[in-house]
Amino acid sequence: MDSRLRGNDIRLSATLWKDDGVTMDEAHTPRLLSGCRTKYDKVRGNWVLLAPERAIKLDEIGAAILAETDGERSLGGILDALATKYNAPREQIAGDVVKFLASLRDRRMLEVT
Amino acid sequence: MMDAPDPQAVAGPSPSITYGPPIAMLAELTHRCPLSCPYCSNPLELTKRDGELDTQTWVDVFRQAAELGVLQMHLSGGEPASRRDLEDLVRACREHDLYSNLITSGIGLTEKRLTGLKEHGLDHVQLSLQGVDAEMADLIGGYKGGYSRKMDVAKWTTALDLPLTLNAVVHEKNIDRLPEMIDLAVTMGARRLEVATVQFHGWADRNRAALMPTREQAKLCGQRVAEARERLKGVLVIDYVPADHHADYPKPCMGGWGSTGLNVVPDGRVMPCHAAHTIPHLVFQNVKDTPLADIWWHSSAFNAYRGFDWMPEPCRSCDRKARDFGGCRCQAMAIAGDAAATDPVCIKSPLHAQLQDMAEAHAQGDGELTYRTMPT
Repeated sequence: MDSRLRGNDIRLSATLWKDDGVTMDEAHTPRLLSGCRTKYDKVRGNWVLLAPERAIKLDEIGAAILAETDGERSLGGILDALATKYNAPREQIAGDVVKFLASLRDRRMLEVT
Repeated sequence: MMDAPDPQAVAGPSPSITYGPPIAMLAELTHRCPLSCPYCSNPLELTKRDGELDTQTWVDVFRQAAELGVLQMHLSGGEPASRRDLEDLVRACREHDLYSNLITSGIGLTEKRLTGLKEHGLDHVQLSLQGVDAEMADLIGGYKGGYSRKMDVAKWTTALDLPLTLNAVVHEKNIDRLPEMIDLAVTMGARRLEVATVQFHGWADRNRAALMPTREQAKLCGQRVAEARERLKGVLVIDYVPADHHADYPKPCMGGWGSTGLNVVPDGRVMPCHAAHTIPHLVFQNVKDTPLADIWWHSSAFNAYRGFDWMPEPCRSCDRKARDFGGCRCQAMAIAGDAAATDPVCIKSPLHAQLQDMAEAHAQGDGELTYRTMPT
């Protein structure tokens, strides 16, 4: 296999949520790193996160989280926005959001400052 | 691989298998390269400059690729910076909303040129590394001063806030220095490091005895990668291609033939993988004559090893077939003389013991490096 093509499998964002027990400060701000951007994939009908040598298929939850991750809003602000928009209990979504963002941080696609 | 069935997928050669559009395209813009690495995987017969696709043809291929579903465009070669129109090609990627990845040795780039490429929309730089110091790197690359230029390119890349990946091919002569490569990647501010054990396609086949790592070297390398991944979590992502000649099961080559990516070589022929030209019975269509989508969905070369129906035993009844797809077709061709045979890396292949003996003999040998020679 050619290593130049090997990394380009699309994965569901749900499979990224592997880091149980990870914590992130609500006052801190998550930001996609340079060279990482979302795009609506018209051919497949879903959102993807494009990053160095990776294309990650986003499910609705992943796409909703990254839609609020604008580099300005704090984690707390993102949770507020998602809770309002989807009429969901804040505590219930917090775990999934943090795990998702932490998994992107571990993969060097996002920073939290 | 897609986890969910794709609504756009069409039935492949087997009714039980569907395949979707390609995710990535490797655009081999040129075979010209200032380096002469002994492990070059490009073919023995290289395309000369006057045989390369022109700017407009590449731009149109990028448009077709985006329409087909390609998300990532890898601009490669040879050395892609040898193309004077690289800026136009990067801009075309951005215009068609393709993620552009420049796969480069760094030779041919200046700070000004890299700044311009970023302005045209370049997304990512993958820089090759032949060694951890000038002596080793310039010996392997066969280009004096190459290492020093690479260090400059790495600095310019990170200063421009472009993401940097380092790609290191590891082999008998440099694999023991992996810890230094990892340290160097961190120092240079790379986000990713690809550690790819040498494979013996194309020119590299001539250097098996000079480059084959020993079983012990390969094992230690794997352990070191595992340790570094844990230690550098959130700092450096490490992708690893292990030494398959010392393994019991083959790699899932290309994630399955014709399933994920396609290659367009400098003269415009389209191949399911970088080494597919070594399979003599395959006929490759050319973007100069045939739409890219037709080639992907309907060409005989892309359909030759899709799905499972082409598989002989022991692959056909193997419970691993959906995991590794029978391994690498080009390696089966090279070692077994039959591209449909089980990859001889596999413990179930009748040639497995022979492959391992051959690998061991090559690993113990200390052949001279045979450098790549370039077309003009």
